[in-house]
Amino acid sequence: MFGLSKRDAGLLFVVALLCLFAPFILNPFPEGSAMAQFNGGYPDLMQRLVIFGIFAIGFNILFGLTGYLSFGHAAFLGVGSYAAIWMMKLLTMNVIPAIMVSVLVAGLFSLLVGWISLRRSGIYFSILTLAFAQMSYALAYSVLTPITGGETGLQPKHTDPRILDGALPAGQSPRANLFGLDMKASTQLQLGDWVFTFNAGYYIAAAIMLVAFYLSIRIFRSPLGMMLRAVKSNQQRMNYTGLNSKPYTLAAFVISGMYAGLAGGLLVAMDTQVGAERMFWTASGEVVLMTILGGAGTLIGPILGAGFIKYMENIVSKINDNVLHGWFSFMPDGIENFMVTIIHPFVGKGWHLTLGLLFMLVVIFLPGGLVEGGQRIGNLFKRKKADPKSPDGTTTTPAE
Amino acid sequence: MDAILLQILNGLDKGSAYALIALGLTLIFGTLGVVNFAHGALFMIGAFCAVTFSKLLTLSHTIIDDTRKDFLGNPMKVDVPYIHEFVGQTTGDAIIDWAVPLSILFAVPVMIAIGFIMERGLIKHFYKRPHADQILVTFGLAIVLQEVIKFFYGANPIPTPAPAVFAGSFDFGAMLGFDPNTIIYPYWRLVYFGFAAVIIGAVFAFLQFTTFGMVVRAGMADRETVGLLGINIDKRFTIMFGIAAAVAGLAGVMYAPINSPNYHMGMDFLVLSFVVVVVGGMGSLPGAVLAGFLLGILESFASMSAILELIPGINQIIIYLVAIIILLTRPRGLMGRKGVMEE
Amino acid sequence: MNILEIKNVNKRFGGLQALGNVNLNVAEKTVHAIIGPNGAGKSTLLNVLVGKLIPDTGSVMFDGQSVLGRKPYEINQMGISRVFQTPEIFDDLSVQENMLIPCFAKRDGAFAMNGYSSVGSQRDVMDKAEEMLVEMKLADKRHMHAAAMSRGDKRRLEIAMCLAQDPRLLLLDEPTAGMARADTNNTIDLLKQIKEERDITIAIIEHDMHVVFSLAERITVLAQGTPLVEDTPDNIKGHPKVREAYLGETQVAA
Repeated sequence: MFGLSKRDAGLLFVVALLCLFAPFILNPFPEGSAMAQFNGGYPDLMQRLVIFGIFAIGFNILFGLTGYLSFGHAAFLGVGSYAAIWMMKLLTMNVIPAIMVSVLVAGLFSLLVGWISLRRSGIYFSILTLAFAQMSYALAYSVLTPITGGETGLQPKHTDPRILDGALPAGQSPRANLFGLDMKASTQLQLGDWVFTFNAGYYIAAAIMLVAFYLSIRIFRSPLGMMLRAVKSNQQRMNYTGLNSKPYTLAAFVISGMYAGLAGGLLVAMDTQVGAERMFWTASGEVVLMTILGGAGTLIGPILGAGFIKYMENIVSKINDNVLHGWFSFMPDGIENFMVTIIHPFVGKGWHLTLGLLFMLVVIFLPGGLVEGGQRIGNLFKRKKADPKSPDGTTTTPAE
Repeated sequence: MDAILLQILNGLDKGSAYALIALGLTLIFGTLGVVNFAHGALFMIGAFCAVTFSKLLTLSHTIIDDTRKDFLGNPMKVDVPYIHEFVGQTTGDAIIDWAVPLSILFAVPVMIAIGFIMERGLIKHFYKRPHADQILVTFGLAIVLQEVIKFFYGANPIPTPAPAVFAGSFDFGAMLGFDPNTIIYPYWRLVYFGFAAVIIGAVFAFLQFTTFGMVVRAGMADRETVGLLGINIDKRFTIMFGIAAAVAGLAGVMYAPINSPNYHMGMDFLVLSFVVVVVGGMGSLPGAVLAGFLLGILESFASMSAILELIPGINQIIIYLVAIIILLTRPRGLMGRKGVMEE
Repeated sequence: MNILEIKNVNKRFGGLQALGNVNLNVAEKTVHAIIGPNGAGKSTLLNVLVGKLIPDTGSVMFDGQSVLGRKPYEINQMGISRVFQTPEIFDDLSVQENMLIPCFAKRDGAFAMNGYSSVGSQRDVMDKAEEMLVEMKLADKRHMHAAAMSRGDKRRLEIAMCLAQDPRLLLLDEPTAGMARADTNNTIDLLKQIKEERDITIAIIEHDMHVVFSLAERITVLAQGTPLVEDTPDNIKGHPKVREAYLGETQVAA
């Protein structure tokens, strides 16, 4: 199917199903119940899940395949975002040109950064990319304010030229759309106590993610993908096999930069705003974490990682002391207060602490990420059933 | 001329901080072969040692002072630091005033302990893992440390003044025969520079003149051979890590009056310090120090208004720009040794 | 007809003259061994041939074209394949993938942006790799992780990868270093077989005289960076200068 092996096609199908039914899957709690605040099935979060999924899929093509650890990929996301917002300001609020230009601009920028950074490898490469990203961030915040809006960032305004769109009626704010379909348009479905939201922007982003995922599978299974893994495995042998590893690595870098730009463009398509903080190096760190948490070098890993982190961020940051007291109310008061005090630093505003701990735990105990964890558990069961003659782990098993 | 001198002076204090952090990074990298992304966090913790120590000194209890009345005519409640009761008011105030320098005494054992715990508890297990894993795990640790500090101290910078004696500025211009008030320089920054110079000197002397230092230097040059000689380098590496942590911590302690400590200052400095290490040459201690000062001064020159008019924003990016140029033209950095971190 | 012509090559490292006036010709379709004691400059010479080092003076012509100043991958594309002292293979890839990579390099050159169609759909390359796997008796290990193979198999795979490119010149750098006797003999047999079946020139740098005398048709003895003598194996065995260079090494026995 689509030129994929049965297994890969199955994987794509599963991801497609997950995307399609995300509004249900993420909304397990009935409206009005105490747990309803933990429902994740609202448009903003769902959009972020798939958009950061794209970002991580792209990053994985570079880091997962070639092993080059970039600490500056947020810069490409940011550049893509700025490009998209300018398309919306100058051309049209239709998201198509915005997204296309964001991919193009991020691709060109990553070509420049990659061309320079890839002259070095290992930690030097990481620091070079970090330096470029920090430079972009600093410039976006200061000198480039006319282009980037500096601290306030950019938003489409009523007064923007937008040469392809007709003039907006007075008082109406510009809205991102796809040939007239508003990104924010949602329909709700009520089933008993449950309310499910279907959002146009989400489904468009999810469709794009599926295409991005499909392309990444093709890259993984192509000669290019094999060469990129060869880069990671043994550059010496590669060079002595008549292969020039530089353009291969650069290709991976630019592809992943374009994915980042696509994610940046989509973010703008959804919320029509951008600020320089999107390029800060913590944002670069986040995509590294997503990829590793899910499983670097595996197909599904980055999507799982991005989904897991964005979802957890949503849930954990909503837990406050009241919620905690509610959870532990069955305990005697003293213990209840104690438990709340213990957990308090990790929830709500303490999300970053949890994130940092998670990061360390994954790197220490599960370098292969969730996918490896899933495989280990899977193997455990297999071993009980029958003698496992499982082949090596170069191919990916869906870890649902 | 005076403007140039002023910029050099201005660059010294930041350069000192870069040099101290980069020195620790290089020590760790050179001896343990580990890329420590949590080193900036150690600098930050040092600064918060100063904050904590000041707070401890000013721990107060409330007494009712009958001699003074508030506006309602009731006896006034006054907060009195405990320290007044231990050593008397004058000495107590003096000690509080000198809190930052005194907190060195507090910071050194704390930092060494943190260094030991970090190395034994975490870093040790990453010696044989790829550099990417080391970067990632210490990156995670840096996030954790800074979030812990944020939890206890809040997100806002905490002003931590230098002793009153150093509050003023020093008129260099007058001293050197320029017009007065053209080159003025806060005393504390001068202290900081002197302090950094002493620490750097001490580290070099320690490495140069002690047996311990000799083994460490040998280990930096050729780790395997030193290991083969039957010298227990692991233990020495732990100590080295503690020293590197202490150096970063001390840099932070003394930096507190220059820049009010906040939880993310470590990361801000770390990124730049890594750049400094790379420019200086990975694994070269003199390179780290030299590059630290050079880049600090360069940054300060780039902030001159005359230069900013010429190239706007250059002060924001000059260090990165230099790093990129150096890495591309001199891959080993200014003083890097052959074979360190090469393909 | 010489396939490789090294003329007046000098290389200094600081005060050390690593190669001094090296003149050496390798005739087409022969097995030419370069021997010499440690520090004789064998590795330096090899690194010059593959583009890792650039000599201070002199010329190195391969098939009438200079190799100097070219990158290793360019020299490989000219037709020189190198086998390393410790087998350099793609440890993280399967044996089959290891075999595919040189086949792609042969077909597509140093770089090809082939990122859409799957590896399995490139029939010609798949067939070529499969043919080599069978020929080199590695077919049953096809799906094995390369890192999991024995050292002898790794060597076999590395040689197979080099041969898959149909090189004109195969460079072997102490191919049996650190091998057990059985593995060494297997490797000798393998190389003999290659020599007989393929239209190929082999240059071998070796320490082990047993290997050298089993394979070589011509031998150059290198000492202190300069070729001492060049002759047939039989003449080399009895050569007094060679005995002197090796300081009475008694390994010189057929």
